Amino acid sequence: MSGLVTINNLTKVYEKKKIALENLNLVIPRGRIIGLLGPNGSGKTTLIKLINGLLVPTNGEVRINGNLPGAETKSCVSYLPERTYFQNSMQVKELISYFEDFYADFRPERARQMLANLGISESAYLRTLSKGTKEKVQLIMVMSREAQLYILDEPIAGVDPAARDYILKTIITNYNENATVIISTHLISDIEKVLDEVIFIRDGKLVLHETVEDIRETKGKSVDAYFREVFAC
Amino acid sequence: MAWNLNSDRPIYAQILEVIQLRIIAGQYKSGDKIPSVRELAAEAGVNPNTMQKALAELERSGLVMAQRTSGRVVTEDMEMIKQTRNMLAREQVDVFISKMKELGFNKKEILALLEQAGGEQAE
Repeated sequence: MSGLVTINNLTKVYEKKKIALENLNLVIPRGRIIGLLGPNGSGKTTLIKLINGLLVPTNGEVRINGNLPGAETKSCVSYLPERTYFQNSMQVKELISYFEDFYADFRPERARQMLANLGISESAYLRTLSKGTKEKVQLIMVMSREAQLYILDEPIAGVDPAARDYILKTIITNYNENATVIISTHLISDIEKVLDEVIFIRDGKLVLHETVEDIRETKGKSVDAYFREVFAC
Repeated sequence: MAWNLNSDRPIYAQILEVIQLRIIAGQYKSGDKIPSVRELAAEAGVNPNTMQKALAELERSGLVMAQRTSGRVVTEDMEMIKQTRNMLAREQVDVFISKMKELGFNKKEILALLEQAGGEQAE
Protein backbone atom coordinates (compact mmCIF):
# COMPACT_ATOMS: atom_id res chain seq x y z
CA MET A 1 0.00 0.00 0.00
CA SER A 2 1.34 3.42 -0.84
CA GLY A 3 1.69 5.95 1.95
CA LEU A 4 -0.34 9.06 2.52
CA VAL A 5 2.83 11.15 2.49
CA THR A 6 5.97 10.20 0.63
CA ILE A 7 9.15 12.16 1.13
CA ASN A 8 11.97 11.57 -1.33
CA ASN A 9 15.54 12.83 -0.89
CA LEU A 10 14.21 15.98 0.71
CA THR A 11 16.81 18.66 1.35
CA LYS A 12 16.33 22.22 2.52
CA VAL A 13 19.22 24.65 2.71
CA TYR A 14 18.53 28.13 4.02
CA GLU A 15 20.55 31.19 3.07
CA LYS A 16 24.05 31.27 4.40
CA LYS A 17 24.28 27.55 3.75
CA LYS A 18 22.50 26.41 6.86
CA ILE A 19 21.36 22.85 6.13
CA ALA A 20 18.00 22.35 7.82
CA LEU A 21 17.11 19.01 6.25
CA GLU A 22 19.43 16.67 4.46
CA ASN A 23 18.37 13.94 2.08
CA LEU A 24 15.35 12.84 4.09
CA ASN A 25 13.32 9.82 2.99
CA LEU A 26 10.08 8.85 4.71
CA VAL A 27 6.81 7.10 3.98
CA ILE A 28 3.96 8.09 6.26
CA PRO A 29 1.01 5.66 6.15
CA ARG A 30 -2.69 6.35 6.65
CA GLY A 31 -4.50 5.75 9.90
CA ARG A 32 -1.63 6.49 12.26
CA ILE A 33 -0.84 8.89 15.03
CA ILE A 34 2.80 9.79 14.64
CA GLY A 35 5.14 11.74 16.91
CA LEU A 36 7.71 13.91 15.16
CA LEU A 37 10.42 14.25 17.75
CA GLY A 38 13.81 15.88 17.85
CA PRO A 39 15.81 18.44 19.82
CA ASN A 40 15.44 22.17 19.18
CA GLY A 41 16.69 23.12 15.74
CA SER A 42 16.63 19.57 14.42
CA GLY A 43 14.43 20.45 11.43
CA LYS A 44 10.94 19.49 12.67
CA THR A 45 9.25 22.76 11.76
CA THR A 46 11.14 22.98 8.45
CA LEU A 47 9.80 19.53 7.54
CA ILE A 48 6.26 20.53 8.54
CA LYS A 49 6.45 23.72 6.48
CA LEU A 50 7.69 21.78 3.47
CA ILE A 51 4.76 19.33 3.76
CA ASN A 52 2.40 22.31 3.91
CA GLY A 53 3.98 24.01 0.92
CA LEU A 54 5.08 27.01 2.98
CA LEU A 55 8.68 26.40 2.01
CA VAL A 56 10.11 25.17 -1.27
CA PRO A 57 12.59 22.29 -1.13
CA THR A 58 16.18 22.88 -2.25
CA ASN A 59 16.16 19.33 -3.50
CA GLY A 60 13.83 16.32 -3.52
CA GLU A 61 10.07 16.38 -3.06
CA VAL A 62 7.09 15.83 -0.80
CA ARG A 63 3.99 14.14 -2.15
CA ILE A 64 0.64 13.87 -0.42
CA ASN A 65 -1.72 11.40 -2.09
CA GLY A 66 0.72 11.58 -4.97
CA ASN A 67 0.41 15.36 -5.33
CA LEU A 68 3.00 18.04 -4.71
CA PRO A 69 1.95 20.55 -2.02
CA GLY A 70 -0.57 22.98 -3.50
CA ALA A 71 -4.24 23.89 -3.49
CA GLU A 72 -5.28 20.27 -3.77
CA THR A 73 -3.21 19.04 -0.84
CA LYS A 74 -4.20 22.02 1.31
CA SER A 75 -7.82 20.99 1.02
CA CYS A 76 -7.03 17.70 2.74
CA VAL A 77 -4.30 18.78 5.18
CA SER A 78 -5.27 20.47 8.43
CA TYR A 79 -2.33 22.36 9.88
CA LEU A 80 -1.79 23.81 13.33
CA PRO A 81 1.22 26.15 13.18
CA GLU A 82 3.33 26.71 16.25
CA ARG A 83 2.15 30.32 16.47
CA THR A 84 -1.41 31.56 16.45
CA TYR A 85 -2.36 33.54 13.37
CA PHE A 86 -5.89 34.62 14.24
CA GLN A 87 -6.99 38.23 14.26
CA ASN A 88 -7.35 39.41 17.85
CA SER A 89 -10.33 41.55 16.86
CA MET A 90 -12.33 38.46 15.87
CA GLN A 91 -14.94 36.68 17.92
CA VAL A 92 -14.82 32.91 18.29
CA LYS A 93 -18.07 32.57 16.31
CA GLU A 94 -16.65 34.69 13.47
CA LEU A 95 -13.74 32.34 13.38
CA ILE A 96 -16.13 29.41 13.00
CA SER A 97 -17.86 30.97 9.99
CA TYR A 98 -14.47 31.94 8.58
CA PHE A 99 -13.32 28.33 8.71
CA GLU A 100 -16.64 27.19 7.29
CA ASP A 101 -16.14 29.47 4.29
CA PHE A 102 -12.57 28.47 3.84
CA TYR A 103 -12.63 24.71 4.23
CA ALA A 104 -15.27 22.46 2.67
CA ASP A 105 -14.44 19.73 5.20
CA PHE A 106 -14.95 21.94 8.29
CA ARG A 107 -17.63 20.67 10.70
CA PRO A 108 -18.92 23.63 12.72
CA GLU A 109 -21.08 21.47 15.02
CA ARG A 110 -18.01 19.55 16.05
CA ALA A 111 -16.18 22.79 16.88
CA ARG A 112 -19.16 24.15 18.84
CA GLN A 113 -19.37 20.94 20.85
CA MET A 114 -15.69 21.05 21.79
CA LEU A 115 -15.83 24.76 22.65
CA ALA A 116 -18.79 24.03 24.93
CA ASN A 117 -16.94 21.13 26.56
CA LEU A 118 -14.04 23.42 27.39
CA GLY A 119 -16.34 26.24 28.52
CA ILE A 120 -15.19 28.68 25.85
CA SER A 121 -17.83 31.22 24.86
CA GLU A 122 -18.49 31.71 21.16
CA SER A 123 -19.08 35.39 21.67
CA ALA A 124 -15.68 35.95 23.27
CA TYR A 125 -13.21 38.14 21.41
CA LEU A 126 -9.88 36.45 20.80
CA ARG A 127 -7.97 39.31 22.39
CA THR A 128 -9.71 38.63 25.69
CA LEU A 129 -8.62 34.99 25.80
CA SER A 130 -5.53 33.79 27.61
CA LYS A 131 -2.65 32.37 25.62
CA GLY A 132 -3.59 28.82 26.57
CA THR A 133 -7.26 29.31 25.70
CA LYS A 134 -6.31 30.79 22.32
CA GLU A 135 -4.23 27.70 21.65
CA LYS A 136 -7.19 25.50 22.56
CA VAL A 137 -9.46 27.42 20.19
CA GLN A 138 -6.96 27.08 17.39
CA LEU A 139 -6.59 23.34 17.96
CA ILE A 140 -10.38 22.90 18.05
CA MET A 141 -10.62 24.63 14.67
CA VAL A 142 -7.93 22.46 13.17
CA MET A 143 -9.37 19.23 14.59
CA SER A 144 -12.89 20.08 13.44
CA ARG A 145 -11.96 19.54 9.84
CA GLU A 146 -12.42 16.13 8.30
CA ALA A 147 -8.96 16.11 6.85
CA GLN A 148 -6.79 13.22 5.75
CA LEU A 149 -3.70 14.60 7.37
CA TYR A 150 -3.52 16.66 10.55
CA ILE A 151 -0.19 18.29 11.27
CA LEU A 152 0.08 19.70 14.76
CA ASP A 153 3.21 21.69 15.54
CA GLU A 154 3.61 21.83 19.33
CA PRO A 155 -0.13 21.53 20.08
CA ILE A 156 0.02 21.09 23.83
CA ALA A 157 2.98 23.20 24.92
CA GLY A 158 0.96 26.12 26.27
CA VAL A 159 -2.01 24.41 27.88
CA ASP A 160 -2.56 22.99 31.35
CA PRO A 161 -2.42 19.22 32.02
CA ALA A 162 -6.20 18.77 32.25
CA ALA A 163 -6.70 20.47 28.89
CA ARG A 164 -3.84 18.38 27.50
CA ASP A 165 -5.74 15.23 28.42
CA TYR A 166 -8.87 16.62 26.80
CA ILE A 167 -6.94 17.47 23.65
CA LEU A 168 -5.42 14.00 23.46
CA LYS A 169 -8.85 12.42 23.93
CA THR A 170 -10.12 14.70 21.17
CA ILE A 171 -7.40 13.42 18.88
CA ILE A 172 -8.24 9.80 19.75
CA THR A 173 -11.99 10.16 19.31
CA ASN A 174 -11.77 12.17 16.08
CA TYR A 175 -9.36 9.69 14.69
CA ASN A 176 -10.50 7.74 11.67
CA GLU A 177 -8.70 4.95 9.96
CA ASN A 178 -8.00 6.89 6.79
CA ALA A 179 -6.54 9.91 8.50
CA THR A 180 -3.09 10.40 9.94
CA VAL A 181 -2.06 12.81 12.67
CA ILE A 182 1.51 14.07 12.92
CA ILE A 183 2.33 15.71 16.25
CA SER A 184 5.59 17.55 16.81
CA THR A 185 6.41 18.08 20.46
CA HIS A 186 8.97 17.96 23.24
CA LEU A 187 6.44 16.68 25.76
CA ILE A 188 6.93 13.05 24.89
CA SER A 189 5.79 11.46 28.13
CA ASP A 190 2.45 13.28 27.89
CA ILE A 191 1.62 11.99 24.44
CA GLU A 192 3.43 8.73 23.92
CA LYS A 193 0.48 6.55 24.90
CA VAL A 194 -1.56 7.87 21.99
CA LEU A 195 1.16 7.39 19.39
CA ASP A 196 1.55 4.54 16.91
CA GLU A 197 4.93 5.55 15.57
CA VAL A 198 7.70 7.99 16.23
CA ILE A 199 10.07 9.73 13.89
CA PHE A 200 13.28 10.99 15.51
CA ILE A 201 15.25 13.59 13.59
CA ARG A 202 18.53 15.28 14.44
CA ASP A 203 20.52 17.87 12.46
CA GLY A 204 18.08 17.47 9.58
CA LYS A 205 18.62 13.74 9.30
CA LEU A 206 16.37 10.81 10.11
CA VAL A 207 17.54 8.96 13.22
CA LEU A 208 14.73 6.43 13.45
CA HIS A 209 11.18 5.72 12.39
CA GLU A 210 9.64 2.94 14.50
CA THR A 211 6.46 1.90 16.22
CA VAL A 212 6.34 2.90 19.86
CA GLU A 213 5.43 -0.60 20.99
CA ASP A 214 8.55 -1.93 19.27
CA ILE A 215 10.66 0.57 21.17
CA ARG A 216 9.09 -0.50 24.47
CA GLU A 217 9.50 -4.14 23.62
CA THR A 218 13.06 -4.11 22.29
CA LYS A 219 14.55 -1.38 24.49
CA GLY A 220 12.50 -2.12 27.61
CA LYS A 221 11.91 1.57 28.19
CA SER A 222 9.49 4.34 27.42
CA VAL A 223 9.84 6.44 24.28
CA ASP A 224 10.60 9.39 26.56
CA ALA A 225 13.49 7.54 28.23
CA TYR A 226 14.75 6.31 24.87
CA PHE A 227 14.65 9.81 23.43
CA ARG A 228 16.74 11.07 26.35
CA GLU A 229 19.27 8.33 25.67
CA VAL A 230 19.50 8.92 21.91
CA PHE A 231 19.72 12.68 22.23
CA ALA A 232 21.81 12.87 25.42
CA CYS A 233 23.89 16.06 25.37
CA MET B 1 -9.71 -1.86 37.86
CA ALA B 2 -8.27 1.41 36.58
CA TRP B 3 -5.96 1.88 33.63
CA ASN B 4 -2.60 2.42 35.29
CA LEU B 5 -0.55 2.19 32.17
CA ASN B 6 3.17 2.47 32.37
CA SER B 7 5.10 3.67 29.33
CA ASP B 8 8.06 1.39 30.05
CA ARG B 9 6.25 -1.77 28.90
CA PRO B 10 4.27 -2.48 25.74
CA ILE B 11 0.91 -0.81 26.28
CA TYR B 12 -1.15 -3.50 24.55
CA ALA B 13 0.07 -6.14 27.03
CA GLN B 14 -0.98 -3.92 29.94
CA ILE B 15 -4.38 -3.25 28.38
CA LEU B 16 -4.82 -6.99 27.99
CA GLU B 17 -4.17 -7.47 31.70
CA VAL B 18 -6.67 -4.78 32.71
CA ILE B 19 -9.43 -6.24 30.55
CA GLN B 20 -8.71 -9.77 31.79
CA LEU B 21 -9.00 -8.51 35.35
CA ARG B 22 -12.24 -6.70 34.57
CA ILE B 23 -13.68 -9.92 33.20
CA ILE B 24 -12.52 -11.98 36.15
CA ALA B 25 -13.78 -9.41 38.62
CA GLY B 26 -17.16 -9.39 36.87
CA GLN B 27 -17.01 -5.78 35.75
CA TYR B 28 -17.60 -7.17 32.27
CA LYS B 29 -19.87 -10.15 32.84
CA SER B 30 -19.98 -13.36 30.90
CA GLY B 31 -22.05 -12.84 27.75
CA ASP B 32 -21.99 -9.02 28.10
CA LYS B 33 -20.95 -6.71 25.34
CA ILE B 34 -17.72 -4.85 26.04
CA PRO B 35 -17.28 -1.19 25.01
CA SER B 36 -16.04 -0.40 21.51
CA VAL B 37 -12.38 0.09 20.61
CA ARG B 38 -12.92 3.80 20.34
CA GLU B 39 -14.65 4.10 23.71
CA LEU B 40 -12.03 2.00 25.45
CA ALA B 41 -9.18 3.89 23.75
CA ALA B 42 -10.59 7.23 24.86
CA GLU B 43 -11.20 5.92 28.39
CA ALA B 44 -7.65 4.58 28.70
CA GLY B 45 -6.06 7.49 26.82
CA VAL B 46 -4.31 5.21 24.36
CA ASN B 47 -3.98 4.87 20.64
CA PRO B 48 -6.98 3.11 19.04
CA ASN B 49 -4.69 0.79 17.07
CA THR B 50 -3.07 -0.35 20.32
CA MET B 51 -6.49 -1.02 21.85
CA GLN B 52 -7.48 -2.89 18.71
CA LYS B 53 -4.37 -5.06 19.00
CA ALA B 54 -5.12 -5.91 22.64
CA LEU B 55 -8.72 -6.85 21.84
CA ALA B 56 -7.63 -8.97 18.88
CA GLU B 57 -5.26 -10.82 21.21
CA LEU B 58 -8.08 -11.37 23.74
CA GLU B 59 -10.22 -12.66 20.91
CA ARG B 60 -7.49 -15.07 19.88
CA SER B 61 -7.35 -16.42 23.44
CA GLY B 62 -11.13 -16.91 23.33
CA LEU B 63 -11.92 -14.74 26.35
CA VAL B 64 -13.92 -12.36 24.16
CA MET B 65 -15.69 -13.10 20.91
CA ALA B 66 -16.33 -10.88 17.94
CA GLN B 67 -19.95 -10.51 16.96
CA ARG B 68 -20.72 -9.86 13.38
CA THR B 69 -22.57 -6.63 13.87
CA SER B 70 -22.20 -5.48 17.42
CA GLY B 71 -18.62 -5.47 18.60
CA ARG B 72 -17.33 -7.97 21.12
CA VAL B 73 -18.86 -9.97 23.95
CA VAL B 74 -17.28 -11.75 26.90
CA THR B 75 -17.17 -15.54 26.54
CA GLU B 76 -19.96 -17.58 28.13
CA ASP B 77 -17.48 -20.32 28.88
CA MET B 78 -17.23 -19.99 32.68
CA GLU B 79 -14.52 -22.64 32.75
CA MET B 80 -12.29 -20.45 30.60
CA ILE B 81 -12.83 -17.45 32.88
CA LYS B 82 -11.96 -19.64 35.85
CA GLN B 83 -8.83 -20.91 34.13
CA THR B 84 -7.71 -17.37 33.34
CA ARG B 85 -8.28 -16.47 36.97
CA ASN B 86 -6.17 -19.40 38.14
CA MET B 87 -3.44 -18.56 35.66
CA LEU B 88 -3.23 -14.96 36.87
CA ALA B 89 -3.22 -16.14 40.49
CA ARG B 90 -0.39 -18.51 39.69
CA GLU B 91 1.61 -15.68 38.11
CA GLN B 92 1.21 -13.62 41.29
CA VAL B 93 2.35 -16.56 43.43
CA ASP B 94 5.42 -17.08 41.25
CA VAL B 95 6.36 -13.41 41.53
CA PHE B 96 5.88 -13.56 45.29
CA ILE B 97 7.99 -16.69 45.70
CA SER B 98 10.87 -15.38 43.62
CA LYS B 99 10.87 -12.12 45.63
CA MET B 100 10.90 -14.07 48.88
CA LYS B 101 13.81 -16.17 47.64
CA GLU B 102 15.69 -12.96 46.85
CA LEU B 103 15.12 -12.01 50.48
CA GLY B 104 16.67 -15.33 51.51
CA PHE B 105 13.54 -17.20 52.66
CA ASN B 106 13.26 -20.95 52.12
CA LYS B 107 10.08 -22.86 51.32
CA LYS B 108 9.30 -23.70 54.93
CA GLU B 109 9.77 -20.14 56.12
CA ILE B 110 7.63 -18.80 53.26
CA LEU B 111 4.79 -21.19 54.12
CA ALA B 112 5.00 -20.33 57.81
CA LEU B 113 4.90 -16.63 57.02
CA LEU B 114 1.92 -17.08 54.69
CA GLU B 115 0.03 -19.02 57.30
CA GLN B 116 0.72 -16.36 59.91
CA ALA B 117 -0.26 -13.49 57.61
CA GLY B 118 -3.33 -15.35 56.41
CA GLY B 119 -4.41 -15.92 60.02
CA GLU B 120 -3.93 -12.23 60.88
CA GLN B 121 -5.94 -11.08 57.88
CA ALA B 122 -8.76 -13.45 58.68
CA GLU B 123 -9.17 -12.07 62.18
